[in-house]
Formats: sequence, C-alpha cells, structure tokens
Amino acid sequence: MNINRRQMLILLPAAAIAWKSVLAGTPEDSPNYKMSDHWWGMLIDIPKCIGCGNCVRACQTENDVPDGYFRTWVERYHVSDWEMKNPQDIMTNPMTDPQVISPDGGKEGFPVATDESGKYFFVPKMCNHCADSPCTQVCPVGATFVAPDGVVLVDQKYCLGCAYCVQACPYGCRYIHPEKRVADKCTLCYHRITKGLTTACCEACPTGARQLVDLKNPKDPIHEFLKTHSVQVLKPQMATGAKAFYNGLDGSVR
Amino acid sequence: MSVFKDAGHLFRFAGLFVLAFIVFLVVRHFVVPPSFGQYGHYRAAAIGEIASRPVKFAGHDTCEACHSDVADKKSKGKHAHVNCEACHGAQAKHADDPSTVKPVLPDTTVLCARCHTASAAKPKGFPQVVPADHSNGMPCDTCHQPHNPGMDAPAADAPAKPAEGAK
Repeated sequence: MNINRRQMLILLPAAAIAWKSVLAGTPEDSPNYKMSDHWWGMLIDIPKCIGCGNCVRACQTENDVPDGYFRTWVERYHVSDWEMKNPQDIMTNPMTDPQVISPDGGKEGFPVATDESGKYFFVPKMCNHCADSPCTQVCPVGATFVAPDGVVLVDQKYCLGCAYCVQACPYGCRYIHPEKRVADKCTLCYHRITKGLTTACCEACPTGARQLVDLKNPKDPIHEFLKTHSVQVLKPQMATGAKAFYNGLDGSVR
Repeated sequence: MSVFKDAGHLFRFAGLFVLAFIVFLVVRHFVVPPSFGQYGHYRAAAIGEIASRPVKFAGHDTCEACHSDVADKKSKGKHAHVNCEACHGAQAKHADDPSTVKPVLPDTTVLCARCHTASAAKPKGFPQVVPADHSNGMPCDTCHQPHNPGMDAPAADAPAKPAEGAK
C-alpha cells in the first residue's frame, strides 16, 4: 500500500479519533444507563437514625473498605442542657459540648446511653458528592472528578496518592487506602446505582434514614420532601454544592 | 536575500524546536490515556471501570423474586420497610447461585439487639427493650417472628427453627 505524506497527515488524526471512540468509557455492564439523565445525591433523615451501624457494615462489605477506614460512618451527638444558674458556662468551654462519639465509626453500634439529660441524635456522615468539590479541584493529575451524573469518583489507576484531596475535603470523607496507596472514598455505590440498584448503605438501613436521590428524576420523592421539610447541608458556608441533604439537622453539628 | 545571509544558525535552531515539538506530540499521544478529556480533565474510561465492580448486596427486589412468601408475611408487619439484607447481610452470591451458596441464618439474640437495645440516645418513638430484663437471655425468635414481630401476628407462621428457616 502506497501512502504519500499528504494522505498520511489526513489519516493519522482520523485514526486517532476512531481509536478514541473505541476506547471511550461508558459503563459497560449498564447499557441502559445514561449519565446525563441523572444527578445523584443522598437524603439523610436524622430523626429516623437509630445508630445501629448497619450502613457502616454494609459499606465495608460492599466496597471492601479496610478496617479502621470509613467511606461512611455514624457520629453520636450529646448536647447538654443549659445550666439554669449559669447559662453562660456553656459558652466558656465550647469544646466540651456537644460531646461527639463515633467508636469504630459506629460499625458495631454505640454504647448504651444512660444520661437522660440533654438531647442525643445520630449523624451518619459520608461523601457529600459536592457539585463544586474542593477535593476534585486540587487534584494535580485529574485523578478525581465529578462525573457527568454528579458523583465524585477517584480514578485509582491515575491517582498518585499525594493526599492533597484528603486535606482538601472539608468533611473528612477521603482516606489513603493502606494497601493500594491511592485516594479512596464513597463512590455512592456507583457500580450499583448504574445498574438500577440503590446504594449498599440505603439497602441495609432498617429505618429508611438514608435514601438515594436522583435530582434529575421528576418522579423522585426528594422534590416533594425538600418542599415540605427543613433540609440542610453540612458546612453551607463553604459553598461546596453538597448533595448530602440532612433533614432535622441540629445546629451543633459541624 | 541579504536578510537571511547570516541566519543559518537560526534556522537550525528553529528546526530543533520543531523537532522537539514533534517529539512532544508523539510522546503525549502515547502517555495521555485515549479517553482523557472526553468529559473533563480526567480519564473518562475510569467511570466505566468503577461501574463494573461486582455487586454484593442483591437488593430486595431480587430477594422477593423468589421469596415472595416472606415478602408477603413481612409486608403485614412492622418490619415491612426493613429490607431483607438489612438483617440477612449481603446475599448477591446466594442470588446468583441459590442451590450451592446458602445464607447463614442470623442469631436473633445478637441481631435484634443491634437495633432494639434500649438507649437514651435513640429516638423516643423507636421500640426498644433492655434485653436482659425483657427476655432473660432467650433468643428473640422464641416469642417473636422476625418477619412480622408483633405479638398479634398470625400463629400459622410459628417462629422459624434454624433448619427450616434457612430456606
């Protein structure tokens, strides 16, 4: 076959474009899944959470999360009553209140609370899948990104393990995997939601305190819920565009 | 062309630049993954790789496809909205190969206590007991049927013995 220089110059870019489309990444196992049709988030209903730790265990099972590391974890808050005689005392030592515990991420539940005073509540935490993620913006190699369906993912083949993103996340939701030495985090069970399943934590939650939401689906109950409830995100002042919505969140949660 | 008379060394230098640029383009072509930049400053193929992980929790729709009897029983009781795998654990392997992979029946003494142990920290409306006072250490399924735990549940479904409950 004789190809002159001119033909070669035309053929090369054409071949490159063809090769690119061959290797284009589309979720292989889910032919019906269209990324542009979804915008995923999570609804966390604080009054429903009983602190059983099912979500933490389910997440570890589903995603092979190493012991001592968490893609999701549960915190228990105890906010003391105001001291009637000296209410200003609570302001003098804000570090002691609220008391927050999360033994092993709440994986095996929480110790029985006997102190009836004050108020208690559980706060499940996870990646907020921010629309304007600080973590993705700092990655020097483009190994972490917000996918077109709103899920923040890590390309573990591309990650250098520099841990800049671990520092950048204001919610503490990332860690360096102890064996792979790359950044790891909640994928919102991307391998499940692209197949039409819900996340492992939602599947395992016995009280429905966690719900996967698709903000682009007009039939998703989240739209009605957001209209009728007081829903907040964590650290709104950071303008991260967080998509983990908390219903009934106490002001003491930071 | 007197302007270029003594410019030969500049042309050689320019040629070197062009050569270096071509080398850069060739190297770049091989080191930048093909799908990089398709959706943004990242490798688009990573999305497909992450999505292709195997599933471990089958999902309650899968469970109910075979265990419709349990789903019926459960739908009438207080545990109607508790998914199967919240108690039985991840069962995708069992769903893929039901005849060889058999789920382990959970021990109700441990399982029920995880949610129902009384604690001041739990929401007040949530049913909770002090296990030692409530059952004296007996397994919960001595009296309650886990799929429909109310004491007024039909007696036809007597509390499951481990052998038959492993269905």
